Amino acid sequence: MTDFPILALLAGMIVAATPILLAGIGELVVEKAGVLNLGVEGMMIVGAICGFAVAYETQSVTLGYLGAAMGGAALALVFGVLTQFLMTNQVATGLALTLTGLGVAALIGQPYIGIRGTTVGAVPLGPMREIPVLGPVLFRHDAMVYISILIVACVWYVLRFTRAGLVLRAIGENHHAAHALGCKVIVTRLAAIVFGGVCAGLGGAYLSLVRVPQWAEGMTAGAGWIALALVVFAGWRAWGVLVGACLFGGLTALQLFLQAAGVAVLGEYLSMIPYVMTIVALVIISSGRVRAAPCAPASLGLPFTAAT
Amino acid sequence: MAALLVLDSLTKTYPGVVANSAVSLEVGQGEIHALLGENGAGKSTLVRMIYGLVRPDSGTMTLDGAPFMPLGPQAARTAGIGMVFQHFSLFDALNVAENVALGMDATPPNLAGSIRKISTDYGLALEPDRLAGDLSAGERQRVEIVRCLLQKPRLMVMDEPTSVLAPQEADRLFQTLRRLRAEGMSILYISHRLREIRHLCDRATILRRGKVAGICIPAEESVQSIAGMVVGTQMTSPAGRVYTPGKVLLSVTQLSLGSDDPFGPSLKDVRFDLHAGEVLGIAGVAGNGQNELLAALSGEARTQPGAILMKGEPVGDRGPDHRRLRGLLAAPEERLGHAAVQDMSLTENALLTGWQGLHNRGFINWGAATSFARAVIERFDVRPPNPANAAKVMSGGNLQKFLIGREILQHPEVFVVNQPTWGVDAAAAAAIRTALLELADNGAGVVVISHDLDELMQISDNFAVLAGGQLSPVQRTSGVTAEDIGVLMGGTHATA
Repeated sequence: MTDFPILALLAGMIVAATPILLAGIGELVVEKAGVLNLGVEGMMIVGAICGFAVAYETQSVTLGYLGAAMGGAALALVFGVLTQFLMTNQVATGLALTLTGLGVAALIGQPYIGIRGTTVGAVPLGPMREIPVLGPVLFRHDAMVYISILIVACVWYVLRFTRAGLVLRAIGENHHAAHALGCKVIVTRLAAIVFGGVCAGLGGAYLSLVRVPQWAEGMTAGAGWIALALVVFAGWRAWGVLVGACLFGGLTALQLFLQAAGVAVLGEYLSMIPYVMTIVALVIISSGRVRAAPCAPASLGLPFTAAT
Repeated sequence: MAALLVLDSLTKTYPGVVANSAVSLEVGQGEIHALLGENGAGKSTLVRMIYGLVRPDSGTMTLDGAPFMPLGPQAARTAGIGMVFQHFSLFDALNVAENVALGMDATPPNLAGSIRKISTDYGLALEPDRLAGDLSAGERQRVEIVRCLLQKPRLMVMDEPTSVLAPQEADRLFQTLRRLRAEGMSILYISHRLREIRHLCDRATILRRGKVAGICIPAEESVQSIAGMVVGTQMTSPAGRVYTPGKVLLSVTQLSLGSDDPFGPSLKDVRFDLHAGEVLGIAGVAGNGQNELLAALSGEARTQPGAILMKGEPVGDRGPDHRRLRGLLAAPEERLGHAAVQDMSLTENALLTGWQGLHNRGFINWGAATSFARAVIERFDVRPPNPANAAKVMSGGNLQKFLIGREILQHPEVFVVNQPTWGVDAAAAAAIRTALLELADNGAGVVVISHDLDELMQISDNFAVLAGGQLSPVQRTSGVTAEDIGVLMGGTHATA
C-alpha cells in the first residue's frame, strides 16, 4: 500500500474511524435532542446486513448504503415510537433494540454468510493522490469516508447556526420550556432518532461493504458501544466526535497491526482503551468546575409528556 | 377604555378537578390588569389557554373584536400575545441571544443588535453573548421581557414577575411596565403580592377555586380587603410575641463552602449565633447561597468541624443523622425530590427523617410510623388526611405543612427551614408561620431562610441578609426598614 508502515497505519486509522464516526455523529444529534438511544449497536448491525444484502443482490454499493440507511432508520423508528409515544423507558428500550437488532441481522444474514462482497473503489481524486504523505493517508479512500466528514460538518453547522439546530438543542436542554415556547418536542425528537438510525445504518454498512468486506454474524463487535462512548468523550460536540473517532479508530488500527506482528496480548489492552479514555474524559469533564464546560444535555434520557 | 381581550365563560376540566369554571375577564387597551388568586385557583390554566398551550372545553375569547382561539403559542404570538413565564422558560446552557431567538417565530437578521437596542430603550441592561445560566434572577427575567417586547405584542402576560426580584429590581420593573402601558400596551399581571398590585394595576380580577370571585379597582381597596376576597375566609395571622433570648444553641463561625451547583455561589465566612427562643430570619434574593447554607447546616455538605457548634459540640464535619440526634433538624426548599420522595406515601416520607424513634433494631415499626404520620396530619390539618397517599398527589401547601410538621413533631432544639411558605397558599402559609413561632416559644431556636421579606418582618426576632454567599451582621428586626434590607440584598456581589 505504501512504503512506510506509519502511513498505512494512518490510512487504516481513517478507515477504522469511519463507521464509529457515522454512528457517533448520529447519536450526538439524538442525544442533543435529549434522547438516549443505547440501541446503536443493534442499528449498526442491521445496517451492516441490509447494506451487504442489498448491495449483493443489486450489485450496487449506492443502493446498498441506501438499504442500510433504511434498515437503521426502521429500527430507530421502532425505538422512537416506543419511547416517544408509548413512553417506555429509554435505557431499557435501547438495550432491547441492540439485542433485537443482533437477532434480526443474524436472521437476515443466514444466506449471506461466507459470500465475498463487492469491492468499493477509491474516489478518483487525481493528482491529490500523489501528494507525498497526505496523498496515501487522506486522498485514496472511498466516497463514504468523505461523506461522513461532510455529515459532521453539516451537523456542526446546523446545530450551531440554524434555527432548526437551536430548537433541537433547546429541546434537549429543557423540554418543558421548549414546549411552552411552542417547539414540537416529540416530532423533533422522532426526527433526530431517525437521523441517528440512518447514520448508524450507514456506519454498519461501511463495515460490511468496505472495511471487511463481507457479512459475519456479530461483525460490529462493539462498534456501537464505542460510538456511544465517543459522544460522551467528545463532550457532545460535533468536531469532538471527529477527533475522538480518529483516536479510537487509530487504536483499532494499531491493534490490528500489532496482531499481525504477533503481539496479541497487547491488543486486548488496546481494545479496552476507548472505554478507559471515555471514563477519564468523563471524570475530567465532570470534575472541572469550569462554567460552560461541555456537559450532557440537561433533559437527556428524560421522558416528556405535554400537559394539555 | 376599549377592551382588547375578552374572555367569556371559559371552562376547563381535568379528571377530578374543574380548573376554570365559566371564567370571564376583560383586559382593556393600555391597561395593567391583575389576576389574583391562591395556588390552585386556576390562574395558570387560564393564562395557558390565552397563550394557546391549553384548549378550553367551552367558552369563547375575543381579541380586539375578532374571535380568538390560538392552536398553539405561535398562533398566540402572531395574534399579538406575549408571555413572560415564571418558571421553565430559559435554557441555562444557551446564551441570551439564543434564548431570545427561541421565543420568536423568525430570527431577525441582527438579533444581538435588536436586543441591545431594546434593552437600552427600556433600561433593561443585557449582554447578548452571556450564558443564561450565569445570569441573576433579575437578568433572567429581563431576557424574557426583551424576548417578549421584540415581537411588539399588544398584550403581555406576566406570571408572578416579582417573586424572584429584590425590591429595587422590582421597582425598576414597575417603571418599565408603566412606560409600556403609556405606549398603549396591555398587561395581564399575575401576582401574590397585593401591595404591588395596589400600586401598579388599574383593575383586578380575583379567582377562587376556578371561579371569578370578584373584580375590583385595587387602588380603591385596602390590602386586607383584597386579601379577604382572595382567600374567601378570614385567616389568622400569627400574633406578635415577646422575644427573650436564651442561651446560645447553635453557633456558626467562619463557615465557608464551595457550591455543588456550577452556577451557584460559595459561602464565605458566614457567622451567626442562634439563641433558645429566637427566630432568626435570613433574607436574600434566590440563588445567593440559600441552598448552600441549608446544606451546610443540615449536614448534607461537610465543613470544618468547628465551623458549626451545636450546643458547644463541633458538628461541622458530621452528617445529618448525627446532627439530628443532637436536636439540629432541617427542612430544605425543594419539597419533591429533596424534602420528600414523590412516589412514597406520607408514612414512608415521615420515616425518612423520623426513623430514629420508629424502628426496632433496624426493623421498621409500621404501626408507630403510621401513628406518627397521623399525628402530623392531625396537628397540622393536612388534607386529604390519609397517610397512605403518595407525596406527589398532595397540593404544595398541604405537603409543605406535612413536611414542616414532620420535623416539628420530632421536637427539634434547632430547626433550620428554607423557604417554608414558597408557593404555598395564604392559609397554609399562616399555619406554617404560627407553628414556627410556637416552636420558638417552646424554647427552640429557628432559622428561617426566605425570599419573602414580608414574612421575615412578620415572624423573625433577628435578621440578616445573605448576598453572594456572604451573610450580613445579625440585627434586630424591629427598626429595620424594607429599604435597608433592599440595599443589603444588593450586597457586595450585586446581582442586579
